[in-house]
Amino acid sequence: MSSGQYVIEMNQISKFFPGIIANDKVDLKVKKGEIHALLGENGAGKSTLMSILFGMYQPEEGEILINGKKVNITNPNVANDLGIGMVHQHFKLVHNFTVLQNIILGAEDSKFGVLDMSKARKKVADLVAHYKLNIDLDEKIENITVGMQQRVEILKMLYRDNDILIFDEPTAVLTVQEIGELMKIMKALIAEGKSIVFITHKLNEIKEVADRCTILRKGKFIDCVDVKVTSTQELSRLMVGRDVKFEVDKEIAQPKEVALQLKNVSVLKAGHKNVVNEVSFDVKKGEIVCLAGIDGNGQTELIYAISGLVPSKGEILINGQDVSKLSVRKRNELGLAHIPEDRHKHGLVLEYSLEYNTVLKDYYRSQYQSNGFLKFDEIRKNSDKLIEKFDIRSGQGSPTISRSMSGGNQQKVILAREISSNPEVLLAVQPTRGLDVGAIEYVHKQIIEQRDKGCAVLVVSLELDEVMNLSDRILVIYEGEIVADLDPKQTTREELGIYMTGAKRGVGYEK
Amino acid sequence: MKNKITQLFKNVAPSLMSIGLGLLFGVVIIVVSGMFNERQTYEDIWYGLNSLVLGMLNDGLPSLGTGLFRATPIILTGVSVAFAFRTGLFNIGASGQFTVGGFAAIFVAIKGPFPGIGNWILAVISAMLAGALWAAVVGLLKAYRNVNEVISSIMMNYIGMYLVQYAVINTVFDYVKNQTVPVPIVSTTPTLGLTSIFPNSSVDIGFFIAVIAAIIIHILLNKTTFGFELKACGFNQHASKYAGINSKRNIVISMMIAGALAGLSGALVYLSASGNHIEIVDVLATEGFTGISVALLALSNPLGVIFSGLFIVHLQLGGFYMQAQKFAPQVVEIILSAIIYFSAFIVFFKEFINKKKGGKK
Ligand SMILES: Nc1ncnc2c1ncn2[C@@H]1O[C@H](COP(=O)(O)OP(=O)(O)OP(=O)(O)O)[C@@H](O)[C@H]1O
Ligand SMILES: [Mg+2]
Repeated sequence: MSSGQYVIEMNQISKFFPGIIANDKVDLKVKKGEIHALLGENGAGKSTLMSILFGMYQPEEGEILINGKKVNITNPNVANDLGIGMVHQHFKLVHNFTVLQNIILGAEDSKFGVLDMSKARKKVADLVAHYKLNIDLDEKIENITVGMQQRVEILKMLYRDNDILIFDEPTAVLTVQEIGELMKIMKALIAEGKSIVFITHKLNEIKEVADRCTILRKGKFIDCVDVKVTSTQELSRLMVGRDVKFEVDKEIAQPKEVALQLKNVSVLKAGHKNVVNEVSFDVKKGEIVCLAGIDGNGQTELIYAISGLVPSKGEILINGQDVSKLSVRKRNELGLAHIPEDRHKHGLVLEYSLEYNTVLKDYYRSQYQSNGFLKFDEIRKNSDKLIEKFDIRSGQGSPTISRSMSGGNQQKVILAREISSNPEVLLAVQPTRGLDVGAIEYVHKQIIEQRDKGCAVLVVSLELDEVMNLSDRILVIYEGEIVADLDPKQTTREELGIYMTGAKRGVGYEK
Repeated sequence: MKNKITQLFKNVAPSLMSIGLGLLFGVVIIVVSGMFNERQTYEDIWYGLNSLVLGMLNDGLPSLGTGLFRATPIILTGVSVAFAFRTGLFNIGASGQFTVGGFAAIFVAIKGPFPGIGNWILAVISAMLAGALWAAVVGLLKAYRNVNEVISSIMMNYIGMYLVQYAVINTVFDYVKNQTVPVPIVSTTPTLGLTSIFPNSSVDIGFFIAVIAAIIIHILLNKTTFGFELKACGFNQHASKYAGINSKRNIVISMMIAGALAGLSGALVYLSASGNHIEIVDVLATEGFTGISVALLALSNPLGVIFSGLFIVHLQLGGFYMQAQKFAPQVVEIILSAIIYFSAFIVFFKEFINKKKGGKK
């Protein structure tokens, strides 16, 4: 049956979880030396299918052939022996280990039972040089950027001589520059005869690097298409089952009074100069302001300062009241909502059910408790409503443990919680990270609806598309300082890029 | 309904499996050690096995009463450890909290201002406060100085033990017996007439207090906003902070509640009419460590702790009666330890069952 031209052949794979069929007789055939994209809505079963290939789950049905030979991948070690490596949607690194230690972990060379680091170091250093990965092997994981962490994951695969590489949403956490570099690395890898499965929600990336694309919808195989002859519109139609609008429809903003005001806000980081330096700006009711900048220029800390997660100097006013010394809870009660950058660190208690996470900030309000006892019925009602409204997909609905949900659906839980609180001020950091195109469209609509209701929205996004489409005003941040205040309608992406690299400063922001 | 039953099974199965494995191992030791012991007949081995299985039922109501009495303190230390664990803290300091609680109880019961019933209640409350205070040190260090609670708990165990020795010698010391003077009978915990149902045992109100404490902790953890906060902090401190929960304060409160439970355990041991005394010996109170096994075996479920506590006492009493069949006390100890040791496999069984369940529809 198999013609031998496929490195991976997954035939009629099915996988059941309580309450849901994650994969329903799915086929995936990857040719040697190709980049094969895997596309599908949030919860379509992409990560599950790849976890099966990597030996983390056992399928209920179906067979897997690697290089034409039928195999039984019972655990990740077997996958590794077959040359399969995987970069997970949420990285699996040991944070207080160095880059080198993480790379060799689990595949250590030893001489008479003693770790032989020099041999490992040489091999890794060669790989780094060969692929121009540019990374410090002795830095601890906790001190390097997400983009660098991803390189560590890639090096892990290369160190193990894997030649079938699975990338589960590698670009969701990267900056535009980093994405460009990743694409180059991927192309270099296939040029050497390695094969790649690439999961992403960004259709332009598929157009750029992928050869073929398999599309899943609700656990079912829909089609496998040649990317060159398929438009992004067609791809999204295959995936969602309807046409998706990529531009955001919105009326012209009607900004009213100032809702969020920053006066000379600075954030200190031990051993550094101010990561946020004397920043002042306003966000008015009824406008969406985007904070644009290259990752690591103080956006994260600035948002933490506004939400109260880190201490800051200067004044932060919500509707005229200085909140800079108030607790996180007090700020929330004054109408602040925050879609955090890191959904697993801040956004969710993964061990809690979906419904508990929808009341993570409100569990103590009289709506959800009386005399200190939780009102389980009310919590359930609320979360059922949000699940319906935001189309949150999971195995068992409200009681589903959040950890078992797909990445995009976890994000939707956070969005539902924050947006449904009808905030006065909404901080949205990478709000659509990891969402499929249909969900992005919906979330953008929701954010605009909040704006039109009079909410002041501050968006941080690394995605220029999102910045250009969504914002009514753009603030550019560079090295912890605001360097320009721009009108998106009169600014091109190229100009924006120049401001973001610090090469130019806007009117009123000169040094 | 059917869902509830399968859920219950899923929760209890790992405990039952590790107990089963432990017992099986115990049986092997019994048979092997019996074969090498020339003084033991096959009959002895058979009756020995019987005694082990019968446990606290070996001697009818009297031994049952003794079992309930002995289970009381380890249920409470078990709840203490389980509660802390559910809120993300490892309370290895139950031993020290138990000891300071015990001393506070004895001291107040003897020197308290209300001889009679008032004193035992006051003594119990003092014990809980003392335990809470002792644990608060650990909580404060963890919350505000990021000191690992395991290390500080271990230190507090020794500080507690020696401080209590010092305090005993200077306040309520019986020089002849090298231990605390007895608590006046009027200030001991009421037996509620239980001693007539369970003759020759010391069972008293304490057992009910322990069960009620376990139930209260269960409700606190699972039904209240306070429990919601504490568990959230235990699972993910960053997310708790983001949600506006004061996680530092919660760490301290969690430790204090755990300490109060261990302190209560100490009170109920030393206030019982059976006449337990704090002896001046350099040994940490074992109740604190048994509490860890008890909590582990119950997968940190406070209601489960009632049963795992009873189970461990069941084994201990079974072991005691085995000695009548010429089993060396050491062999009995080995068997008990093996079973408790196997209870550590519980996590393994839990994974195993989850995997099975995940795979089937
Ligand atoms: N371990 C698990 N236990 C229970 N259900 C699970 C588990 N893993 C995944 N699921 C369910 O299977 C479905 C498919 O999940 P999967 O993670 O494969 O989606 P995905 O296509 O990768 O989505 P996303 O784009 O959001 O990452 C989801 O509905 C999810 O809730
Ligand atoms: Mg996924």
